[in-house]
Amino acid sequence: MKKLLLALTAATALVAATNAQAADKFKACWVYVGAIGDFGYSFQHNQGRLAVEKAFGDKVETTYLENVSEGPDAERAFERLAREGCKLVFGTSFGFMDPEYKVAKRFPKVLFEHATGFKTAKNMGVYNLRWYEGRYVMGQIAAKVSKSHIGGYIVSFPIPEVLMDINAFVLGAHSVDPNFKLKIVWVNSWFDPGKEADAAKALIDQGADVLGQHTDSTAAMQVAETRGVHAFGQASDMIKFGPHAQLTALVDNWAPYYVSRVKAAMDGTWKPDNVWLGIKDDHAVELAPFTNMSDDVKAMAEATEKKIAGGWNPFTGPINKQDGTPWLKDGEVAKDSVLLGMNFYVQGVEGALPK
Amino acid sequence: MDIAEAILTTVATASTPLLIAATGELVVERSGVLNLGVEGMMLMGAVSGFAVTALTGYPWLGVLAAVIVGAVYSLLFGFLTLTLVTNQVATGLALTLLGVGLSGLIGVPFVGHPGIQMTSLYIPGLTGLPYVGKLLFGEDPLFYLSIVLVIGVSWFLFGTRAGLTLRSVGDNHGSAHALGIPVIRIRYLAVMFGGACAGLAGAQLSIVYTPQWVENMTAGRGWIALALVVFASWRPWRVFAGAYLFGLLTIAELNIQAVDLSTLHQLPGAVYDLLALIKAIPSQFLSSIPYLATVVVLVVISRNRRLTMMNTPASLGRAFVPDR
Repeated sequence: MKKLLLALTAATALVAATNAQAADKFKACWVYVGAIGDFGYSFQHNQGRLAVEKAFGDKVETTYLENVSEGPDAERAFERLAREGCKLVFGTSFGFMDPEYKVAKRFPKVLFEHATGFKTAKNMGVYNLRWYEGRYVMGQIAAKVSKSHIGGYIVSFPIPEVLMDINAFVLGAHSVDPNFKLKIVWVNSWFDPGKEADAAKALIDQGADVLGQHTDSTAAMQVAETRGVHAFGQASDMIKFGPHAQLTALVDNWAPYYVSRVKAAMDGTWKPDNVWLGIKDDHAVELAPFTNMSDDVKAMAEATEKKIAGGWNPFTGPINKQDGTPWLKDGEVAKDSVLLGMNFYVQGVEGALPK
Repeated sequence: MDIAEAILTTVATASTPLLIAATGELVVERSGVLNLGVEGMMLMGAVSGFAVTALTGYPWLGVLAAVIVGAVYSLLFGFLTLTLVTNQVATGLALTLLGVGLSGLIGVPFVGHPGIQMTSLYIPGLTGLPYVGKLLFGEDPLFYLSIVLVIGVSWFLFGTRAGLTLRSVGDNHGSAHALGIPVIRIRYLAVMFGGACAGLAGAQLSIVYTPQWVENMTAGRGWIALALVVFASWRPWRVFAGAYLFGLLTIAELNIQAVDLSTLHQLPGAVYDLLALIKAIPSQFLSSIPYLATVVVLVVISRNRRLTMMNTPASLGRAFVPDR
């Protein structure tokens, strides 16, 4: 009995010690909508978390919850993290907005950040990426590389982020080759490797020799590799899946932002932000190395990337809507608020917008 | 027409996993057991098939591993529902949930690495034939295996005494027991066969269809396979027809989305009009057709009492406790 008591006391002391140790550390936490093993969207957020661990070493402690479904269910996830002593919580999906906002109101001392949303509070900021900048560069490359003048584009759902990217891709392509056609296939899913592969096969069978995608898996890249056509990677660098196919990939590089925000929170200089990061912000939108293309195409892509990094916006007029009605006057730059609510195609995109 | 040929060659790859998994589940349900864990078992098969292929370099070893893992994993379901007599629906769902998580955990080291693809058949002279060459003589080995599987299961269920015994267990386990048939043992074997098939279907995904491992890569195919068994009213050849119908719908829909009608004016008017009509249907609706079709078949079957009695295994989903 005595021994047991002794052991218990020792155990309690040990727990107390670890708690004290943990209290010295700054705790940053993440909530992911998918699995960190998706090699796509959530995987990249997790890479950002790992970069935070690497940058601050012993000074931080990080934790995450994966596969958290969007909507009311997410509230419990955020509340749990806030109770567990997280000082800064990143919610990484649009659908976390309301639950995260509610929890932020209840825990005024905990700092919150939400990706791709628009609700802010004293202790909640938002951050997002300008993927369309990379898409414009990809469009240019596609138009240069394609021999059939037909590209294929595999997409999930007609939301502003997706439409923005289709429009940027086509604008980029037509700036190089006005005859370039983009065939768009909707697979109605963010993640279904089989269906993405089937869509890629369908597009290639119908003449496309450059593939882009706004879905999460590496399946289309693999099909491009076996069929001997080119493709662009999505979310992660997919070069391993298409060593001869990948031209570049649109990489979500959250790491610099996460490191800077954790640092600000540790220093006590954190303020709620509302940022939309692009190529110019430490390459938050990163283009994977330009491969499998000739030097002049590469030079063109690099020049465009540089131009965008210098502050040029691909959505600079004159640009008409698909039906020919004017949208942007010569030299006019699209407002962020319009882009974030984009619900139309620009002139040059073919096919009807699914409703 | 080029597109028709392209569609045909892609359909087989898309339909095979549905066909294999549904055929396995058909045998399970014919024995009177409802296993909703197909999705979980497929994922376990997919991850183990990919892992063994990646570690050994031999896709066939991966396929074998997937079959074994699928069968062993389904034993868990068998033990719970047959020996401990737990609720089959709840246990099946649990099997799926566990499979999703467990396969993700096992698969962590394999994420982000391309796998080895099983090579397709090539017979000089035959594979090159127009239209049918690639479909009949140029598919992957698991496609041929799936056809053999359907023939085998059909023959077993309706052409052998053992198959008759299995069906009798599914139709009336009380009478079968009274006749001295080992109900529980037969159901164990059926459940394991279903698990093995689901594992094989998973391996087809991670070794043939899209040679990679990502969490949840089945993306709902296990559920379509389950729906397919009902759609086919528990008959192997109707499962075959259903799997290819579902596969064809998916592939055709994707191709029709990509087709540029303005280049097809040389087509006969009726065909052109049909294409234009399908192109106008929202793709979301086309994606949901397999499920809608299943509901329609269920309604048709259940409206007619004789049809229901003829087709549905009468003891399906009922627990069996031998009284002596």
